[in-house]
Amino acid sequence: MVRGSKPTDMVKNMSNFKLIIKNLYKIFGPNAGRYVNSVNEGMSKQELLDKHNHVLGLNNINLSIPERKVQVIMGLSGSGKSTLIRHINRLIEPTSGELFVDGENVLAMSPAQLREFRRKVTSMVFQKFALLPHKTVSQNVAYGLTIQGVKEKDAKDQSHTWIDRVGLGGFEDRFPAQLSGGMQQRVGLARALATDAPILLMDEAFSALDPLIRTDMQNILLELQEELHKTIIFITHDLDEALRIGDNIAILRDGKVIQKGDPQDIIMNPADAYITDFIKDINRSRVIELRSIMDSKTKGTGTGLSHKMSVEEALPLLNKAKTKSFAVIDEENKNLGSVTLDSAIGALVRRDESAVSERYK
Amino acid sequence: MDFWTEIPSLGKRDLRDLKKGIDGAFKKFSRTYGDGIEAFFDPLYFFLVRLEKLLIAAPWPLILVLVGGLAYLGSRSVKLAIGSILAFMVIGYFGMWKDMMATISLISVATIMCIAVGIPIGIIMSRYDRVQSAITPILDLMQTIPIFVYLLPVVMLLGIGRVPGLIAVCVYAVPPVIRLTNLGIRLVDKEILEAAEAFGSDYRQKLFSVQLPLALPNIFAGVNQTIMMALAMVVIASMIGVKGLGMPVLQSIQNQYLTLGLMNGLAIVALAIIFDRVSQRYGKRLQAHRYGKEHE
Ligand SMILES: Nc1ncnc2c1ncn2[C@@H]1O[C@H](COP(=O)(O)OP(=O)(O)O)[C@@H](O)[C@H]1O
Ligand SMILES: [Mg+2]
Repeated sequence: MVRGSKPTDMVKNMSNFKLIIKNLYKIFGPNAGRYVNSVNEGMSKQELLDKHNHVLGLNNINLSIPERKVQVIMGLSGSGKSTLIRHINRLIEPTSGELFVDGENVLAMSPAQLREFRRKVTSMVFQKFALLPHKTVSQNVAYGLTIQGVKEKDAKDQSHTWIDRVGLGGFEDRFPAQLSGGMQQRVGLARALATDAPILLMDEAFSALDPLIRTDMQNILLELQEELHKTIIFITHDLDEALRIGDNIAILRDGKVIQKGDPQDIIMNPADAYITDFIKDINRSRVIELRSIMDSKTKGTGTGLSHKMSVEEALPLLNKAKTKSFAVIDEENKNLGSVTLDSAIGALVRRDESAVSERYK
Repeated sequence: MDFWTEIPSLGKRDLRDLKKGIDGAFKKFSRTYGDGIEAFFDPLYFFLVRLEKLLIAAPWPLILVLVGGLAYLGSRSVKLAIGSILAFMVIGYFGMWKDMMATISLISVATIMCIAVGIPIGIIMSRYDRVQSAITPILDLMQTIPIFVYLLPVVMLLGIGRVPGLIAVCVYAVPPVIRLTNLGIRLVDKEILEAAEAFGSDYRQKLFSVQLPLALPNIFAGVNQTIMMALAMVVIASMIGVKGLGMPVLQSIQNQYLTLGLMNGLAIVALAIIFDRVSQRYGKRLQAHRYGKEHE
């Protein structure tokens, strides 16, 4: 449970949370409301489908998303990622639950308020780009602004800034069908950025792109984020992408959040066999940072290694003095703990699945 | 009475009374409201007559230039433009110019009316499933009911002449625009629609900036079919006094004038081909962006 049960408590507690989702359920089907209780009491997705022919989309989601950070939502296909992100701008109405953005109850908004919210507060990037095929790049990027009633000329001027920012200068008058997939998604990104909305919703925005182009797009996004500091909800089923982009990760399965938090934490302490399986193919040495493996009880010696340094980067240094215990420091040079070659190598060993499941039984 | 060989039926007298009753009621209705309804359609009548007179009075070379120009604008094909001009000249040469102008004015007005009525109905149908399921059977009825069956009440209400002819043509020709407007809007990519919604579009913005433009090729296919069906009605419409190429065809059937019928029939076919090719090419150009070509 998220702390605080009344909305008023919530408001006090959410100073650094942009978005709070509470007890959110979504069941697809004509009598959805009837089955929330059964699901709450433990009916599974399969059972709900077999017995009542309703689809469990989301199952008691509680998620607080910090401001100006990238929240990644992961999960296999059909786990409810798209359903969840579409609740944030209410493209999908929940069966039950609460949703607050900046302390405001999104579910209580009237249609007009909701439109205003979608125009000013959220913007969205789609997996299949969803550009308007009959409009030019420039008109597509300006789309959100024209919807707001911004004059055509102003909208065009503003859109050009963003077209340049995503590296599409010179393509203003092309139609989407004339562009490659990567370029089309740049248009999609520019369109989302052009409205200056503080929340950016990205539903598998890069999943349809080739690996190289995908990395390109990730770089563009990270660069822009460094400057814009938006609250980004980023959906992906690719763990490498999640680790690269996410400040926080939440993992969904059958509509339920089964683990959430710091990516490092998820890798070091996977909550169950499903997640263990999920992370088994990652390059641990490149992903795990010293802060996750250090011993915080002992202080190491020497100039100190950054706590954000990856094991891969640290290994050559540690290898020079095989038995030495190195200091781990944060940005302010504060000594946080120590690492040794042994502990670094130990971190690379994948956890045995049976051991994991036993630990969480 | 043998139950198995005689289907139970209303007695002859009852049946006659029933028919008489309904006929009487309708006659009374048309006597009381006929004039009012006619007056309602007066503007249409004047418009139709004006257009027809204008087309007939205009110097023929001007009409030919106009035809060639419109055909080219619509299709961007010089061949088609020249072909249209030649066809018009041949039709004129064989003495059917005036009738052709009358037919063109009828088809034009009928098409405009069908678009003006059909597209809004199609839009409403696409928005509400209930409206769709209410209107679809009516459209089926309009397309399958024998034309003569609804020709009669129209004539009883409005008499014989251009306006009832026009209405009969429209009733027959309007369903494709309605159907394809509805279908076209419903077929618009859900993701694009979702994007429009995610950026805060209201219904009007969605309709005009996404749904209609993306449905346009389908809507246009509907307009094309409507034009074709209107042309197909020309002969039947002449039975209730509509002037044009249909009239001589009707006469030739009654009097066995083979050549007259053939010539006018071929003229109708020529018009149909021209309208069809030009409007189809235009419809194709509407979706040029889909294939990554610049708008012309
Ligand atoms: N409109 C809908 N009607 C019925 N079931 C749906 C609908 N949308 C999604 N679902 C179901 O909800 C589950 C979650 O879907 P989705 O959110 O699209 O998953 P993901 O984006 O993670 O692949 C799936 O089982 C899917 O079949
Ligand atoms: Mg999805």
